[in-house]
Amino acid sequence: MTGPRRQARALPDSEEPEVAGPTGSNPAQKRKGRALDTFTAAGAAQLGGPEWLQQRRARAFADFEVLPLPSEKEELWRYTPIDELELGGYRPAAGPAGDPIAELMADAFLNDLSEELGERSALVVVRNGAPVSFVRTGLPEPVSLGGLAIASGETILGSVVGDGDSLVRLNDAFVPDAVVVDVPPGVLVEEPIVIVHWCDGEVAGAEGAPASFPRTVVRVGRDAQASVVEVVAGAPGSVRALVLPVTELIVEDAGVLSYVSLQVLGTGAWHLARLSGQAGRDARLRVFTVGLGGAYDRSRTDCVLLGQGGSSELRSAYLGTRDQIHDIRTLQDHAAPQTTSSLLCKGAVAGTSRSVYSGLIRVRNGAVRTEAMQTNHNLVLDERAHADSVPNLEIEENDVRCSHASTVGPVDEDQLYYLESRGVPPERAEELIVLGFFDDIIDRSPIGSVAGRLRREVRIRLAEALGIGADANG
Amino acid sequence: MNEPESRRHLLKVTGLRAAAGGKEIIHGVDFEVHGGEVHVVMGPNGSGKSTLAHALMGRPGTTVTAGSVTLDGVELLELASWQRARAGLFLALQQPIEVPGVGLEAVMAEALDRPGDDRARGDDLGDRLRAEAAAIGFDERFLHRALNVDLSGGERKRNEMVQLGVLRPPFCVLDEIDSGLDVDALGAVARRLEQATRQWGLGVLAVTHFHRLLVELRADVVHVLVAGHIVATGGPELAEELEHTGYGAYAAS
Ligand SMILES: Nc1ncnc2c1ncn2[C@@H]1O[C@H](COP(=O)(O)OP(=O)(O)OP(=O)(O)O)[C@@H](O)[C@H]1O
Ligand SMILES: [Mg+2]
Repeated sequence: MTGPRRQARALPDSEEPEVAGPTGSNPAQKRKGRALDTFTAAGAAQLGGPEWLQQRRARAFADFEVLPLPSEKEELWRYTPIDELELGGYRPAAGPAGDPIAELMADAFLNDLSEELGERSALVVVRNGAPVSFVRTGLPEPVSLGGLAIASGETILGSVVGDGDSLVRLNDAFVPDAVVVDVPPGVLVEEPIVIVHWCDGEVAGAEGAPASFPRTVVRVGRDAQASVVEVVAGAPGSVRALVLPVTELIVEDAGVLSYVSLQVLGTGAWHLARLSGQAGRDARLRVFTVGLGGAYDRSRTDCVLLGQGGSSELRSAYLGTRDQIHDIRTLQDHAAPQTTSSLLCKGAVAGTSRSVYSGLIRVRNGAVRTEAMQTNHNLVLDERAHADSVPNLEIEENDVRCSHASTVGPVDEDQLYYLESRGVPPERAEELIVLGFFDDIIDRSPIGSVAGRLRREVRIRLAEALGIGADANG
Repeated sequence: MNEPESRRHLLKVTGLRAAAGGKEIIHGVDFEVHGGEVHVVMGPNGSGKSTLAHALMGRPGTTVTAGSVTLDGVELLELASWQRARAGLFLALQQPIEVPGVGLEAVMAEALDRPGDDRARGDDLGDRLRAEAAAIGFDERFLHRALNVDLSGGERKRNEMVQLGVLRPPFCVLDEIDSGLDVDALGAVARRLEQATRQWGLGVLAVTHFHRLLVELRADVVHVLVAGHIVATGGPELAEELEHTGYGAYAAS
């Protein structure tokens, strides 16, 4: 069920060996100390905004100062390179007006993207975590869309994710503003709301690489329906960047929310995303996260079902090329009776990349007649690549149906033979099978209009990974 | 259509021995199929029929230890599976494999993507797929599903037939194409095959357990495979005999 476990990694070369002595000689504490040189209370205070937000940032920063940074010793961070995170090498990204070259690249990306995503009800552009424009194109009047200044901002911000760990606190302390979507009860939003984040990467000569703190909060009221697409892009090429997004999704009774995120940062970026969702009675939450870019790409998705009959559908796709690391953590949390969750995560690793999938189904006391399903498939496309799959169950009730399945391995020999027996050459057969592996999950995207773009992004990277130049859009 | 010409195709199997899972299963078989002919292979479960089919196609894990398989003089055993297919051999599997996310049309386009072959081009392929599906009463909407995913046993067999019709190879090996088919589908498949023998001189080697397929196909030759040996070869009357006697009579050989 799980691949061979890795040995605990040695400390990075730059670290001095741990010696007994006064506080501060511990590597983790040293790293923390350096982080506090670039992430400061004054920096957080400078961000402005409503009084409550400023106070909230100050509290968050105070927490961040004392909380430990995550460590590979914790189960939640096992198999990750988190001990290598040198926060001191980053600084909060400049606001919306970053450097002009990045501006041009962001515009080009946006043009290209907006043609392909088709119909939408609104487009929000966010630069380094700060929303720069909200354009409504048919979004029903009663829907609120804006920054934290809109009425419900203060009450819903943080209401799902809670205080979180030191990285969530860091987002809380340095978030310039959030994108808030509030769909009142009974309102149906037909076309998706598209949010595009562009995050700057390191510029030669500048001190430290930029760190961005995107924040999105979506609330879908009782009997309402909406769909939201988030694209996280930027730091093109292999420049360094740190992107720490926090997304909160709230679906009230009998509401339906479909959410897709696509991460296509450059290969030097660290992207550590935290998504927390909750669904009420008979509510339905559908989430699909796609992680393609980044040097280290982490996606933690927790969905809690709070009301009877609520359901969640979690999907995730990841593709590792070069020496990327993809790290997917999921929690299907059942806190009410007759709730249903289904999870499908599919990923492939090529080159010397690796991936970790670790997911937990938790059925709390009282969540009787729960149904939970968890499936993770991994394709290992190179002998030097590696995938770990760690499904877990934590069940406090008897009357439940839970299942999990996971596979890790190369392209299926029988499938290859089958295609070859039709006259398809082996390289083309492998390519078809791997593309099909992804198409299979993309076809089930909760928002159909993004499927074309998702497919194209996967194809471009696969073409590179499998060493095939032409025919990337075939 | 131009049958005399196609009759020149020849699939020739000589002294073929094949092993799987470390033991020899096919102990030296010989036969010849000419273009336009229908040969049937019958034999008890586990006698090696599928192993023979895979040995011809070159499935990984099925090792040929001796013998020769030529198609119009070309030694297939020296070729990779995909090259054998391109040389003119088609295998319809006893259990067609599911390939999630991979469409039939994409696979056929790749299979036909050869220099000098324009059958893969544009609308042509779509038309051909639809025509082949119609010929055997295969619902068109299945053409858009991923290969064999969410298809019933019989639908998978018909899917194999659609591919055969699109690829139009000189020879096909059909491993129990009839199992899982309903009566009407069986009739339609048999008619399509029979027509193909005339249309492009298709040579057929059909593995089956049932007399019925033989009759529908108007088989020319019947081979009886028992424990890895062809123990008898004859006309359709041989199959009729087996209906009554079973394979018991050959057990000793
Ligand atoms: N990979 C393998 N490893 C071990 N034994 C194998 C393997 N493949 C086939 N065999 C054995 O070889 C024998 C022949 O199998 P084969 O599938 O060719 O039979 P068959 O004639 O097609 O049977 P059926 O009529 O049931 O389809 C069987 O005893 C089978 O168990
Ligand atoms: Mg068989």
